[in-house]
Amino acid sequence: MIYDVDLETLPREDLEALQLSRLKALVARAHANVGFYRQKFDEMGVAPSDIRSLADLKLLPFTEKQDLRNHYPFGLFAVPKENVVRIHASSGTTGKSTVVGYTRRDVRNWARIMARCFMAAGASSRDIIHNAYGYGLFTGGLGAHYGAEELGATIVPVSGGGTKRQVMLLKDFGPTVICSTPSYALVLHEAALEAGFDIKDLPLKIGIFGAEPWTEEMRRDIEDKMGITALDIYGLSEIMGPGVGIECSVAQKGLHIMEDHFLVEIIDPDTLEVLPQGEVGELVITTLTKEAQPLIRYRTRDMTRLNVVPCRCGRTFARMHRVMGRSDDMLIIRGVNVFPSQIESILLETEGLAPHYLLVVKREGNLDTLEVRVEVDEKLFSDEIKNLQRIEGKIVKNIKDYLGVTAMVKLVEPRAIQRSEGKVQRILDLRKQH
Amino acid sequence: MKVEQISIFLENRAGRLEEVTRILAENQVSIRALSLADTSDFGILRLIVSDHEKAKATLKENGFTVGRTSVVAVEVDDQPGGLHAILQILSAGGVNVEYMYAFVQQSSKTAIIVFRFDKTDQAIELLGNKGFRIIPGSELYNL
Repeated sequence: MIYDVDLETLPREDLEALQLSRLKALVARAHANVGFYRQKFDEMGVAPSDIRSLADLKLLPFTEKQDLRNHYPFGLFAVPKENVVRIHASSGTTGKSTVVGYTRRDVRNWARIMARCFMAAGASSRDIIHNAYGYGLFTGGLGAHYGAEELGATIVPVSGGGTKRQVMLLKDFGPTVICSTPSYALVLHEAALEAGFDIKDLPLKIGIFGAEPWTEEMRRDIEDKMGITALDIYGLSEIMGPGVGIECSVAQKGLHIMEDHFLVEIIDPDTLEVLPQGEVGELVITTLTKEAQPLIRYRTRDMTRLNVVPCRCGRTFARMHRVMGRSDDMLIIRGVNVFPSQIESILLETEGLAPHYLLVVKREGNLDTLEVRVEVDEKLFSDEIKNLQRIEGKIVKNIKDYLGVTAMVKLVEPRAIQRSEGKVQRILDLRKQH
Repeated sequence: MKVEQISIFLENRAGRLEEVTRILAENQVSIRALSLADTSDFGILRLIVSDHEKAKATLKENGFTVGRTSVVAVEVDDQPGGLHAILQILSAGGVNVEYMYAFVQQSSKTAIIVFRFDKTDQAIELLGNKGFRIIPGSELYNL
């Protein structure tokens, strides 16, 4: 089922015409109302009237997270403050938090976009949606909440944390859809088993997972363990929140980007050149309809690639590959680029390994060392030393073979690795403290 | 004829072993025999206890990874050549010993050796045919 058939299946030609008219209006708005953009346009010698085709987008300046921080809190608003009906802010884990404002129309558009996402995931007004995204300044909770109401489904606003209670509600309310981070879904699965039941036996059938990077292997693991269809959702608070893109349950292959609202490009993060269709690079987004805080060519730091081949589900929106890594999450170990997601794939491919791990990076002398701490669960455990050492050796070999990095592998007791209820800490970089 | 042994994964750091013995003590579980295999990073504690179901459940509740394995306990004369006689039979029969540990009973002229074999059923048959007494689990748990 498609929520917004007219727009979601628009022929590419018509979609591009819509994008161009929206882009022109957006650029004019940003230039007229946001000092930051007016100054940037002037510096680069570009005027709103220079935008005559979508290809002219490359004439415009980029926007970076640092620009939002520099204009903290409301410096990039394009409307008077009385027209702003809501504020969200990022967690600020990598610096000062970034603030986003929404007008009444922005909030409505977001709800409709999220309703589209739920329907693309296979949900309808008949479903009960267990929303374990945090409510508050974080966009996840409220974003999914209003989308579910817009759809007419029943929303259970559980928010994050309180795992035992979440597990009880899953059993008692029998939701058919769950929204959470993928790692938290696995925490709930474990907690349910400890409470004496299996989520597999509940009515739950769809999981919408986002807010942290995950892998195909982790998807299969979640689907097997929980007996659900697991779908990847993408979004970032600077742009709007969850709903920028989602996988459809029909193809489960790539996330449809809501292109009538978001204009996307893929660039080389070093040269900043726009890359040809299908190449891997950094995703850049221009918000076509945002009123309160329009962003032009926002650098997401997320690495992916785009596919415009029409999807089996009927949607014509381009699909992005699941996020492959973040340009600023990337570890450089003795000159080799390592993404945590790559290590996770290797662990999942090594038979029987739970995806609970921590990467510890240290500097010994002048040499960077990578230690991979892996939890030993019952599936992996053996009462014979040689079996455990064989697994350690296999991980070391696979990391060396696939990534070209020599790592030390350390088996640890379960829960020795900090289990968070929100974003999972996968990296402990001790080099920065020296 | 097999004996249930539990095994516990332990990180190689102070206090982990003590945590295991504390949990067992609090739950009134007695240890009949034990062995600890270790590497520089981790160890595997193998135990034969009075109540393996209870031991496994309470250790798991406390976050330990616990496994269960069937092992074979053989009674042997506590005199020179006792163990050798057993190993000769196994070696001739092509059975491999993965690991073993032994203990001597109080006021008795025999020792008990706990074996983990690669071919458990074959080993029991070989030893039984030669007249060795295989000690049943129920007897060992209640020693």
